[in-house]
Amino acid sequence: MIEVRDVTKRYGDKMAVDHLSFSVEPGRVTGFLGPNGAGKSTTMRLVLGLDYPNAGSATINGKPYHELSRPLRTVGALLEAKSVHGGRSARNHLLFLAQTQGLPRRRVDEMLALVGLLEVADKRAGGFSLGMSQRLGIAAALLGDPEVLLLDEPVNGLDPEGVLWIRNLMKHLAVEGRTILVSSHLMNEMAVTADHLIVIGRGRLITESSTEDVIARSADKSVRVRSPEAARLAKLIEAAGGTAAAGDKAAPGGTVTPGAAAAGGPAPANGAGLLTVTGLDAARIGELAASAQIVLHELTPLASLEEAFMELTSGSLEFGRREPGPVDVRKPDPVDVRDGSAR
Amino acid sequence: MTTESPAAPARVPAVPAAGSHTLAGNLLSAEWTKVRSVRSTVWTLTLFVVLTLGLTALFTWLTVSNWNGAHAADRDARVVLDPVGFILGSGLGLGQLTICVLGVLVITTEYSTGVIRASLLAVPRRIEMLAAKVVVFAALMIVVAEIIAFGSFFIGAALLHSRVPVSLGDRNVTRAVVGAGLYLTVLGLFSLAIGTLIRHTAGAITTAIGVVFVLPILAGLLPGSWGAHVNGYLPEQAGTLIGQQHPPPDGNVLSAWQGFGVFCLWTVVLLGIAAYLLQRRDA
Repeated sequence: MIEVRDVTKRYGDKMAVDHLSFSVEPGRVTGFLGPNGAGKSTTMRLVLGLDYPNAGSATINGKPYHELSRPLRTVGALLEAKSVHGGRSARNHLLFLAQTQGLPRRRVDEMLALVGLLEVADKRAGGFSLGMSQRLGIAAALLGDPEVLLLDEPVNGLDPEGVLWIRNLMKHLAVEGRTILVSSHLMNEMAVTADHLIVIGRGRLITESSTEDVIARSADKSVRVRSPEAARLAKLIEAAGGTAAAGDKAAPGGTVTPGAAAAGGPAPANGAGLLTVTGLDAARIGELAASAQIVLHELTPLASLEEAFMELTSGSLEFGRREPGPVDVRKPDPVDVRDGSAR
Repeated sequence: MTTESPAAPARVPAVPAAGSHTLAGNLLSAEWTKVRSVRSTVWTLTLFVVLTLGLTALFTWLTVSNWNGAHAADRDARVVLDPVGFILGSGLGLGQLTICVLGVLVITTEYSTGVIRASLLAVPRRIEMLAAKVVVFAALMIVVAEIIAFGSFFIGAALLHSRVPVSLGDRNVTRAVVGAGLYLTVLGLFSLAIGTLIRHTAGAITTAIGVVFVLPILAGLLPGSWGAHVNGYLPEQAGTLIGQQHPPPDGNVLSAWQGFGVFCLWTVVLLGIAAYLLQRRDA
């Protein structure tokens, strides 16, 4: 059980975490979601006692991290930033960690076997591939058989096989009743991994609910449309009160964000004729197209977590785009976003 | 480099019960694992041994072979007055540089590689981690430094024998040789403190070397008796008094043990500040 209560952290005059509160329950995988720079890693560092909050408190099983005796027996962490000496072997890295917790030497070999690094245990960790480094990090996190796990972007940069491995491991560990908080900026990854979601943007809580709820809330909100006459269709959609953005927001690495409607503009080369429409449902778009005799090649209602996430965090992203001026940045507007109506 | 990956994660084996060792014992063995398992330790210590013994042999041999040479009278007189100080100073003068580097690296590589995060997650009471590091590094240093101090002395004494016979039985000689090892040990801890304060390898090495080598030169530029007095209390100047048989009479403000005490005080104060900041700062 992880509890974060009204935690605030500033680095200089940059507000990294802003009055953030949430709790992470055992027995399920909790996704910690937010765009890059939202404060996910900072929050994890605060929970783990590496950084100190300016205000508020973070506890694990009711205690601040530094009050845990032999903390790796309670909490395991995989941080995004590298935390292994490249000149040290995997075995010696795990060995010194095991020694601090009073764990016997054979525990190190058990962990190396678990993550499949036994054969390279005596090689310098600096020569490891990304996947191997990640496995070593997982071995370190599981060393003390902890009931609480914090994993910061564990699948970042991994090949599909590695992603699958970590995904299964997390589910498996949750079924055993452990508390698991896993951060990601990849919404689709969270959709298949997390049971519960904590979404943050610009250091503030945006929403906290089950993954199903988050997806359900966004159903039919957005429609993907493909047409050779996308520009003309976009104008019709705008006229009917919808918003049409060129390109595919749900595509990995997609750069088009809501609000940046390129209606009428030329479609991007790779997504020729592709529009992402919000504010109108698929049926209405079909009718519009038919009435203007526009051919449609695709008409797909989107209900992905990616969509939901984009919608949830668009407020915080837009806010960053506009110059805030003297506006009070503390005033969040998650309520609007939550019922999705008052915008 | 690839490796076989388990298709499905195996069950995490249950954790064994805590061993019978105390927390202090556990932290000491962990720090020992850290210090012995990186190449920088081996390389800097190897360099220290080679540089110190080699330079001791070289300078002593050069001095003996140019005995009574041109412009050598002053130097010869100093060697006669303090043969053990001459022997120890000839190799350790430069050899101590490697100890400054090693002391700094012991902590700054944790920051540069990010392993400090793993260390502090395992031992969140940071002062306990630093204390264990200090104890382990001091133990390593005192063994290596004493061996090298005695090694230097025996090599130098053998080469110098034809001109100035000196043995451990002579007055203050054993104290000077043992003291040289003690000085190097404390110098290592002094550098460790600077490394903990500055956290960046290059900055910390520059600072440590600046304090040891440059500060005495600057202090020497002070007018009148100021230079001698300030100089006498500087870490390196005070600390090295213990490695001399008969310290030069001019401008000497401290005795051998007083000087060593002053150096220890410098080190304790710096370690205290380092521990305080380690505890307070974001890692």
